[in-house]
Amino acid sequence: MTTTFDTTTLTVTIDGRRIAARTGQTVLEVCRENSIHIPTLCYDPRLKPYGGCRLCIVEIEGLRGYPTSCTTTVADGMVVTTESEALFELRRSVIELLLSDHKVDCLTCQSSGQCGLQDTAYEHAVEMPRFSGELHVEFIESENPLIARDLTKCIMCGRCVRICAEVEGRYVYGFTDRGFDSLPNTPYGVPLHDAYCEFCGQCVSTCPTGALSNKLGKFKGRIWEVEHTETTCGYCGVGCTLDVSTKNGKVIDVTAPLERGVNGGNLCAKGRYGWGYTHSPDRLTTPLVRRDGELVEVTWDEAIAEIAERLTAIRDEHGPESIGGLASAKCTNEENYLFQKVLRAGIGTHNIDHCARL
Amino acid sequence: MTTPPEETVIAPPALVEIRVCTGTGCIANGSLVVADRLESAIAQAGASDRMRVTRTGCHGLCAQGPVVVTAPEGVFYPGVDPDHAEAVVRALLDGSGPVTEMLYRETPEEEPIARYADIPFNARQHRIVLRNCGVIDPEDIDQALRAGGYSGLRHALTDLTSDGLIEEIKASGLRGRGGAGFLTGMKWELARQSVGDQKYMICNADEGDPGAFMDRSVLEGDPHSVLEGMAIAAYAIGASEGFVYCRAEYPLAVRRLKKAIADAAAHGLLGDNIMDTEFSFHVGVREGAGAFVCGEETALIASVEGDRGMPRPRPPFPTTSGLWAKPTCINNVETLANVAWVVAHGAKALAAIGADDSKGTKVFALTGKIRHSGLVEVPLGLTIHEVIDEVGGGCQGARPTKAVQIGGPSGGCIPAHLFDTKIQYDTLLAAGAMMGSGGMVVVDDTTCMVDLARYFLTFTQDESCGKCVPCRVGTKRMLEIITRITEGKGRDGDIEELERLADVAKKASLCGLGQGAPNPVLTTLRYFRDEYEEHIHERRCRAAACAALSTYVIDADICKGCGVCKKHCPVSAISGQIKELHEIDPDICVKCGVCETRCPFDAISRM
Repeated sequence: MTTTFDTTTLTVTIDGRRIAARTGQTVLEVCRENSIHIPTLCYDPRLKPYGGCRLCIVEIEGLRGYPTSCTTTVADGMVVTTESEALFELRRSVIELLLSDHKVDCLTCQSSGQCGLQDTAYEHAVEMPRFSGELHVEFIESENPLIARDLTKCIMCGRCVRICAEVEGRYVYGFTDRGFDSLPNTPYGVPLHDAYCEFCGQCVSTCPTGALSNKLGKFKGRIWEVEHTETTCGYCGVGCTLDVSTKNGKVIDVTAPLERGVNGGNLCAKGRYGWGYTHSPDRLTTPLVRRDGELVEVTWDEAIAEIAERLTAIRDEHGPESIGGLASAKCTNEENYLFQKVLRAGIGTHNIDHCARL
Repeated sequence: MTTPPEETVIAPPALVEIRVCTGTGCIANGSLVVADRLESAIAQAGASDRMRVTRTGCHGLCAQGPVVVTAPEGVFYPGVDPDHAEAVVRALLDGSGPVTEMLYRETPEEEPIARYADIPFNARQHRIVLRNCGVIDPEDIDQALRAGGYSGLRHALTDLTSDGLIEEIKASGLRGRGGAGFLTGMKWELARQSVGDQKYMICNADEGDPGAFMDRSVLEGDPHSVLEGMAIAAYAIGASEGFVYCRAEYPLAVRRLKKAIADAAAHGLLGDNIMDTEFSFHVGVREGAGAFVCGEETALIASVEGDRGMPRPRPPFPTTSGLWAKPTCINNVETLANVAWVVAHGAKALAAIGADDSKGTKVFALTGKIRHSGLVEVPLGLTIHEVIDEVGGGCQGARPTKAVQIGGPSGGCIPAHLFDTKIQYDTLLAAGAMMGSGGMVVVDDTTCMVDLARYFLTFTQDESCGKCVPCRVGTKRMLEIITRITEGKGRDGDIEELERLADVAKKASLCGLGQGAPNPVLTTLRYFRDEYEEHIHERRCRAAACAALSTYVIDADICKGCGVCKKHCPVSAISGQIKELHEIDPDICVKCGVCETRCPFDAISRM
């Protein structure tokens, strides 16, 4: 979530370093800006601070206990310690507690290698968790073709609930039950498609574990095997930045890099999941012209010449008003401008419309 | 139109008043029928002009309901049967004095005590918060006004500035009665200093501690004192709107509160231009759905806003950014009932009561194995012993008192040998407990301290909101360990693991619920560690309370061989011939205790 700052500059001391900060920034934001690493699990820059996972706790002079850096705003002269033996032990214990209530199947989990829990456990040298006990209630939903939910791996960071509410405004998820059995779930646990989910996959994009995963890419490639290509989504004029994962020349997943491009990590259902056409055998890869009742492959020059010739003939015979054009939201503003120019100046008609949605 | 209380024309009180408690406890014991019967007896005697029945709030001695007290003479009749209504009325009319056989006796052998004020339960009490409970009809605003209601608000609005008012509350030394004991005046000052176009005043009536019911009694017995306190606080901080957040499980309190709000508004004591001043204050009621965590102020705010009651980290504190991100002051019921009294009687009056850092009185809910279960209001600074033994009458029966859990499930367990500890905020904290809302659960030697800690931990684990890891998972792991200890499956190192988990939950949990959840475990470990060790290493529960670690045995010297136990045992664990000694097979026995209760000779006991 972007915070509006005023321009006042403050000075804070973090781990002995004097650092300039802006009013309204949180301690965590200042640390991240200055490459001071603080582990987090419930933090996502797209969301409001939450303070639930307790990993980003720090010590602040004059404040009691261990405040969370994601929720504490900086004050002038603040003295912060981000690493100490006590902090390390508390964070480590929190991770061990999470692992004691987690279905640990890193062997085939799609999130392995890009899992916040795995990373923080490694960082805190958790080999065998000290704590063990009952696992929270098993809940697996896989009734749709896009999003797999295995809440046995859920760590209750609330990011899915919050992104659906704060960014999407859909409120598909909420917290259900209390205590150890609390889970982010749909109303009455109904499948996503019955819960007004529009399958944007934003929840998957923010889930730090394998509790939510994209089904399209499942078992198609591990994070360290794939090639990443940053590109721009071709679906509409917004131009979201995409990270297309490919393995052996085939697209297996599409995500969006955080804090990059106009979308800053967010994507809609089409951008994230609408790439099935890329390797479809039905996909048209060259222009086709119908000749003697048969569609024949031609070059773009031939196709455009054909269109120009036929449109000119129709205009000459029936007048420009007999022709109309439909533009697309998949085109940019510039492309739509050019399209209307072809119709207005080239053909001489005002019959132009726009589908206005994808 | 505003009718200031001092100018209100109020009918003079009836000559004789019979006060019948209509708090939840007494109603359950049939007090509404008693009140009706008293009224018909008065009507039949043609004494309606000289005598009336007042349906009051709680008297405190809930275990003895239905409770009836006559005024002005103050005769006390406990456990009144509807059939005795006539006798009470007749005695009052013919001047024959109290009905001796209906009077209170400390024990059946002792002489009866006629006057309510003279019973030992009341001897040490000092009623400020409960001043009108059991005295006035909570649904009659005229009675509240006659008892001095809203005179504090009048004084504040006409004679004091907001700052002067805050200084007055600060000078009284009043601290929050709901949990952490923050200085009330200081909290008001912070809320007053916060910048905001709108500020809110919230009364926290989400009393969730098992065994605490003082807030309910105040709302049921004297709701106007709370509303007056809220209006005073709102004037101090500059709020024009307020909410009472009350549990929906208190339907009577909610109903009386709503009536009180409507009546106060009709009298110009709430709403726009209160008492013809510039000050306006509107109050609404919000009912909670029974989540313990909603007593935590940030979770309470989330709930009032319509969200799931989950706390958020502080700072920012509600006094800076609270309800709908506006400066918000939250005080609990008992604190606010104090406020009205302090303003009416002056800061010095409260500061003169109590000791050191703990001024005024505190209401405690005495429950558990105590003789006189109920509500007591005593000056702070009394010792635990004075409250439990002198006011509460000690343990039921002849068993020795073992300990008391003070401050609810986040409080701590204090052993009997520390009962000389004074009941003050800091001394209780030092002993590992806390004032909290003032629940006192008294236990005797039939209570296992490990099992007691398990009980409170079960409660907090169930009531965890699930937001933060140390509370959601940490207390679960603690509960698993402590449960296996009580089941006789404790292992070496379990105590150390409990301590490690308690440390994490205390230090890393988000809110007071998680930070306080380990307290019952920590205090029982501190004072009763040997009981934990016996469970783990000797597989023994000295209180014979843990089913897995206790057995039922038949005393060979007492058993007559009547066969009653054998007949009633649901699992056929008892064998024996008639007129011969019976035996219980421990491998079959499920420790249900039926045999013990059925034995006509008390030959069976749990060990």
